[in-house]
Amino acid sequence: MSEHTIKRYEDELNLLKQKVIAMGGLVEKAVRRSMKSLLELDAKRARKVIERDSAINTLELQIDEMTRKILALRQPAAGDLRFIMTTIKIVTDLERTGDMAEAIAETMLQSEDHPLTHLASLQAMAEKAISQLKDALDCFARGDLHLALSIIQKDGAMDLMFKSLQRETLTYMMEDHREISTGLLAYSIGKNLERIGDHAVNIAEMVIYMVSSHDVRHLNHEAASKLLNLQTPTE
Amino acid sequence: MSTNLETKISIRDLKLWYGSYEALHGIDLDIYSGKVTAFIGPSGCGKSTFLRTLNRMNDRIQGCKVEGKILLEGNDIYAPQVDVVQLRTHVGMVFQKPNPFPKSIYENVAYAPRIHGMVQDGPEMDELVETALKKASIWNEVKDKLHQPGTALSGGQQQRLCIARTIAVQPDVILMDEPCSALDPIATAKIEELMDELKQEYTIVIVTHNMQQAARVSDYTAYFYLGDLIEFGETQQIFTAPSNKKTEDYITGRFG
Repeated sequence: MSEHTIKRYEDELNLLKQKVIAMGGLVEKAVRRSMKSLLELDAKRARKVIERDSAINTLELQIDEMTRKILALRQPAAGDLRFIMTTIKIVTDLERTGDMAEAIAETMLQSEDHPLTHLASLQAMAEKAISQLKDALDCFARGDLHLALSIIQKDGAMDLMFKSLQRETLTYMMEDHREISTGLLAYSIGKNLERIGDHAVNIAEMVIYMVSSHDVRHLNHEAASKLLNLQTPTE
Repeated sequence: MSTNLETKISIRDLKLWYGSYEALHGIDLDIYSGKVTAFIGPSGCGKSTFLRTLNRMNDRIQGCKVEGKILLEGNDIYAPQVDVVQLRTHVGMVFQKPNPFPKSIYENVAYAPRIHGMVQDGPEMDELVETALKKASIWNEVKDKLHQPGTALSGGQQQRLCIARTIAVQPDVILMDEPCSALDPIATAKIEELMDELKQEYTIVIVTHNMQQAARVSDYTAYFYLGDLIEFGETQQIFTAPSNKKTEDYITGRFG
């Protein structure tokens, strides 16, 4: 897209986008670290995730301030307006995802007394969640409609993995009540990972709005592709 | 919003030349009844020229030639038998600079109905003047000084007086060429509020350089560039999701 006649406006929009991408980078790192701390029983790393959540929160506040300023002073329209709307919405998703990472790290610290179980299932879920989050950030950075649609498509698999984790933990807990405390911890981590996947979908939906101006929220993948007249490669 | 749209003016393949220079390259557009349509575009894009074809204001410009059709309720306004003075009672115009006659406030409004023989002087005329001034939302400010000169009013009041003068002959369509560019934000807001009321009864077409104004007041927006109509659509769509890249560049400030 060509540049704004007002250079400072162009700079403000570019800087805003960079900030969102930077915030996304921190959030992705936090999720990776929190899972690593869990799988490697690394309490030091878990504490680091909790400490660094404030950096994510600070970026959220900065981004909100920037969008407020642009709305008040520049009256953005069309693609710029959709970009600002998208930023306002996805910053909340990113901040919440950061909180999920923090929650996982906290669970890790609690689990020091009760060694965690169900790690293989949690690891598989975490890989999926991180890949969805990474794709969400990439599709925002590149304005990639196809990638955004594929995130919506893959969310079903994430939900299935969580359901299967539920069944798995429940079975163990029913068989042996000594499994209940670790089962509940695993369940809550699984829930956090599933929520991270949902936030990735929210981001993808807003990116689709930003790029195409179509609102695909609350539509399934098929309906969304139909609206956009796009086909995504099936898995 | 798009239900029950009635076309008031239908423009087909309209071309206009100033001498050998083609200023409009074949415009097709429907202007809907009871709606506000805004024409936007950079200077020299043809939007004012186009607006002025709608009540044949270009006729008297030397070397100006018009081709194509403009149908007002199905009647060709460029047909040879059309009386231009009559046409302009149907399609009134409000200009950029308020231009009241150097007469009293009352006479500014009464002048045109009198020369068109619409009503006789006396109580009937008083009523017509009052109604027009009320519709133009200026009655309360001038009712006690109807016989003072119109030129003594403030700029914003003068512009509303000009709107009252336009309304006095009961037009169908009101054309506005940058009606607020000489007014402060409060006077501008009053005119914009007035447009919102007037569209209940009249079809309004406005040319404006102020994109926020187009966004605020209009139901439909047409974007012109270099003598072409680039995009026409519901204002909300044009300002949130224009379908043409040129429109997008213009309204987001990526122009030139």
